[in-house]
Amino acid sequence: MIIDTHLSETAEVLIKSICTRYKHDKHELINVLHEIQHHLGYLPEDVQQAIANELKIPVAKVYGVVTFYSFFTMIPKGKYNISICLGTACYVRGGELILEEFKRRLNIGVGETSADGLFSLNSIRCVGACGLAPVVTVGNKVYGRVTPQQVRRIIDEYIKIEEELEIAP
Amino acid sequence: MINLRIDNKTISVPQGTTILEAATKVGIDIPTLCHMQLHDMNIENKPGGCRICVVEVEGRKNLAPACCTEVAEGMICRTNSVRVINARRTVMELILSDHPAECLTCAKSGQCELQNMAHRLGIRELHYTGGQSSYRIDDSPAIIRDPNKCIMCRRCEMMCNEVQTVGVLTAVQRGFNSVVMPAFQHDLMHSECTFCGQCLAVCPTGALTEVDETGAVIRALADPQKIVVVQTAPAVRAALGEEFGNKPGTLVTGKMVAALRRLGFDYVFDTDFAADLTIMEEGTELLRRLNGYLKGDKSVKLPILTSCCPAWVNFFEHQFPDMLDIPSTARSPQQMFGSIAKTYFAEKLGINRKNMVVVSIMPCVAKKYERGRKEFAVNGNPDVDIVLTTRELAYFLKLFNVDLNSLPDEEFDQPLGESTGAGVIFGTTGGVIEAAVRTAYELHTGKELPRLDFDELRGMKGLREATIDFDGLPLRIGIAHGLGNARKLLEDIQSGKSQYHAIEIMSCPGGCIGGGGQPYHHGKEEILRKRQQAIYLEDELKTIRKSHENPYIQKLYAEFLEKPMSAKAHSLLHTKYFNKHNLAHK
Repeated sequence: MIIDTHLSETAEVLIKSICTRYKHDKHELINVLHEIQHHLGYLPEDVQQAIANELKIPVAKVYGVVTFYSFFTMIPKGKYNISICLGTACYVRGGELILEEFKRRLNIGVGETSADGLFSLNSIRCVGACGLAPVVTVGNKVYGRVTPQQVRRIIDEYIKIEEELEIAP
Repeated sequence: MINLRIDNKTISVPQGTTILEAATKVGIDIPTLCHMQLHDMNIENKPGGCRICVVEVEGRKNLAPACCTEVAEGMICRTNSVRVINARRTVMELILSDHPAECLTCAKSGQCELQNMAHRLGIRELHYTGGQSSYRIDDSPAIIRDPNKCIMCRRCEMMCNEVQTVGVLTAVQRGFNSVVMPAFQHDLMHSECTFCGQCLAVCPTGALTEVDETGAVIRALADPQKIVVVQTAPAVRAALGEEFGNKPGTLVTGKMVAALRRLGFDYVFDTDFAADLTIMEEGTELLRRLNGYLKGDKSVKLPILTSCCPAWVNFFEHQFPDMLDIPSTARSPQQMFGSIAKTYFAEKLGINRKNMVVVSIMPCVAKKYERGRKEFAVNGNPDVDIVLTTRELAYFLKLFNVDLNSLPDEEFDQPLGESTGAGVIFGTTGGVIEAAVRTAYELHTGKELPRLDFDELRGMKGLREATIDFDGLPLRIGIAHGLGNARKLLEDIQSGKSQYHAIEIMSCPGGCIGGGGQPYHHGKEEILRKRQQAIYLEDELKTIRKSHENPYIQKLYAEFLEKPMSAKAHSLLHTKYFNKHNLAHK
């Protein structure tokens, strides 16, 4: 997939307006990053540079914060973001095996996005549904007591949705 | 006052004192690695990250890092219990378990604080194997960055961000993967790095070192086709002796000249000559701008800023691109020297510039970057070919079996070796502007200066100001050393608050005497003071102390350049600046 890192005009306006709302206060960096990622889906280099300019801080500082928190990403998330819980309960009940199966089937690693832009994969710590362990979430949908055999079915579910979207006029 | 006991010694110290500081007062030397204190500059790095300085505090479950734990009333500390010693050695082994074991060939060998600490703690075996960092080595024209040797002390990060406010180096990622890097893991060359070299001046290991160009000099000297010319910056003579066991502040000018001859240089010249030339050009420019300003010419901008320091030039090109018309257009002494050597002097010798190799000995790593700037070359042939730092010259002399201390004092060659006291003080903060005042005053007023020492311009304070009476005109002067201080002056100019006519800026704390290429001073400001005294001593010893009275400078203008800021002088001795804002990441 080709990632367009060129800063669009809308992104520029967005960054300016969010930074202005936070009064260009450098201590609000995390909140600013949070909101901008919410709108843009990710935080590429040009976006980080623009934020650094607005808050008058070195871009290295912005990059340091973006790489420190696993929540922030420099790679666009897929249309369907798959999260595998590796919290204690899920881990004990085989969460890692589920993660390995997703990696194998999608041919991507944690934090990566599939070439068609459909799926991205990440591991999370406890979604608060330990009774359903091991847990997988895709977008807002929660799958409980997942087995490695189910992984293919979950993926196919979304491929089917996409195929139907394509057929529909 | 707080009373406490450290290793059975009772001591009373003010509140806010750390255990480390208290221990030092009673003669207990707690080992430290990441900690660094540059007293008079008010710089202290104590992230408490390395855990080498841990001590036992009675009643506290965990060991406490002495560098960042404040004393408390009735505290009882042990700095050498079995538990402490074991913990310290374990910490050291863990640090070393992810450090390349290539001490024998490391550029920092013998000067490495990590190596010294491993020795001091008696580490003879590494019991741990685990993850090994493997990062790409970033080799810029001036600084080599090998993150594999980084121990995350974050001293460089503090120098780059707090002291210099350049903000290139920062800790990225987390946990085992954390490392100090420029944004987006770009190379230094593609960052806003000024190459001031203060990061490598404080790096305890070989993670940050200068590019070693000694080999290129050896090859040039061995080539019979080449005339090899060397120039030495003013700050080098005040520090080189330290590498040969002399006390800080020992002047070795004459011995340094003799040593360079022993190495085989065809001509041993002095950057101080070019410093005098800089004063002629920059001083004339100052007076032109000053006179225009006084006549009410609104197009003339003041203050004028000095432009000798290449890291400072990089700094304003990246960070203050709206102010490119304020610094003097005069090139630095290093580049003026190269330009004159490869024109005026090459013509005198009747040789093609391609057969001349100009080598600089500099206290600075940014000079390595500066000489590669493409505006300082003619048809691809650079004005300055190779730059060695003071440290590299010391290694070079040792490699060639030259014992500096046993050499006689010798004189520089002519015509590019004659200099005045004004040229030599370029090596310290306050020196460039003092040299400029000595010449500008006489050119402006037509009168002889009543005095030559301007104590009000001297010292070590980061920001200084003085008003010099130019025969009725109060000339207001600002001085900054350290780029963080420079930033303050620039922001005042931007906001219209600045009242200065002229400002001198040097990037390194102390000026060139504290440059990134000088013998490591390990934060001891006393060493910088001694070097500064040596510089002023050399000035005092000179018979001629004003740049415009240098007979060889006068001859250079008469024979070649006509007059300061002539068309020829402009093309050979002046430059222009580029807007590099945000270009770094494109």
